[in-house]
Amino acid sequence: MKFTVDGEPQVAAPGRTVAAALIAMGKSSWRVTRTDARRRGVFCGIGVCFDCLVVVNEVADVRACQRFLADGDDIRTQYGVESPR
Amino acid sequence: MSYPDVVVVGAGVIGAACAHDLACSGLRVVVVDRGPLASGTSAAGEGNILVSDKEPGPELDLALASLRRWPDLLAALDADVEWEPKGGLVVATTDAAAPPLRDFVAAQRTVGVDAVEVGDVADLEPHLTKDLALAVHYPQDAQVQPVLLTQALLAAAARHGAALRPGVTALGLDTVRGTVRGLRTSAGTLPCGAVLNACGPWAGELSAALGAPISVQPRRGMVLVTAQLPAGTVRHKVYDADYVGAVASGDGDLQTSAVVESTAAGTVLIGSSRQRIGFDETMRVEVLRALAVKALILFPMLATVSIMRTYGGFRPYAPDHLPIIGADPRVAGLWHATGHEGAGIGLAPVTGRLIAELMTGVGPHVDPSPFRVDRPGVAA
Repeated sequence: MKFTVDGEPQVAAPGRTVAAALIAMGKSSWRVTRTDARRRGVFCGIGVCFDCLVVVNEVADVRACQRFLADGDDIRTQYGVESPR
Repeated sequence: MSYPDVVVVGAGVIGAACAHDLACSGLRVVVVDRGPLASGTSAAGEGNILVSDKEPGPELDLALASLRRWPDLLAALDADVEWEPKGGLVVATTDAAAPPLRDFVAAQRTVGVDAVEVGDVADLEPHLTKDLALAVHYPQDAQVQPVLLTQALLAAAARHGAALRPGVTALGLDTVRGTVRGLRTSAGTLPCGAVLNACGPWAGELSAALGAPISVQPRRGMVLVTAQLPAGTVRHKVYDADYVGAVASGDGDLQTSAVVESTAAGTVLIGSSRQRIGFDETMRVEVLRALAVKALILFPMLATVSIMRTYGGFRPYAPDHLPIIGADPRVAGLWHATGHEGAGIGLAPVTGRLIAELMTGVGPHVDPSPFRVDRPGVAA
């Protein structure tokens, strides 16, 4: 399944969450906090903590651990607060 | 071994404020709670400190007295409790709602509430709907993070010698000739001179276990929490004027009224609901849906914002919707401080001071008689 991460084309097996796909690429963070620009990735992994937020197809605040990757997804780093748009 | 003068049951904001003022008055205090500290109603609200929603009367008197105390109290606590003197903005969204709000404001002004009609809300709340019949700014309204406040009060109490015992359940009183001699707990009997019931919505249950029942019931509320929004998106406590009617209502059915405010963390809290369903913690989607719909009337831009989570809790209310603060006339040494409904955070400072004054025999700084335990309908 094809997708892009910050504009770079990627390929992954179906059935993965966005977080799993990003981790499989070797990434541990894909968000920067609004305060002090700290790096964030998966913390709880079960949809509770909202730390793994990422922008998917220009929708901000998507929990990477809860969204299954879909073919053609455009995934990019979330910089602080990007909602509302 | 020295026994405590007072055992405070309940480590929520009311118990914490009472423990703090009692300890500062020189009494030996132990705080017990069956759960962790600040884990009940105080952890399930929005941190409201409001004068705007109160009509002239005993509760507004308490709120104004509390308001006067916050500056000194915050200085004494010396902790970051996310205090925000942001002010409130109360709006009438229909022509029919405007005259009652105007009358309400006129009455409040006669007793010292600052309230100013606002012609153009754009400067105060740029994202608020312009489709309003009336908007009133209440600069005295404020907000605090209630768990941080409760923890800070408990920490300050501990600095004045109070002992904190989370995980200890109160079971009953030891009395001799109708006078408190100790509190029986899951950790054994704590000999003491007095017991203060500060169990919020569970104060009714405890009072029955202590042999002196008071009428306190839970009133369920739920809150939606949005994702973080840019600073300044929602600047005040913004709520629909119909909130005042929902608070005062004795109706048991679901009532919702839009109450919207941001937190220091950047999220926006969307309330409020009121339901009398006992201690039922079921997630009720129809309540959340009603909250969202009403919030969108005030802030249409919230339509594209993600909801991050929801939470709910139980407010403690007495039949006449007034707090219960004072000695129980049936058992010497038993005291109650509960029934603050949705106003406990704001009223905690005045409640703590009043309990300390009454227990130590100092002249009370506010008239305690409207809150006495033996008023009609409260002490069964």
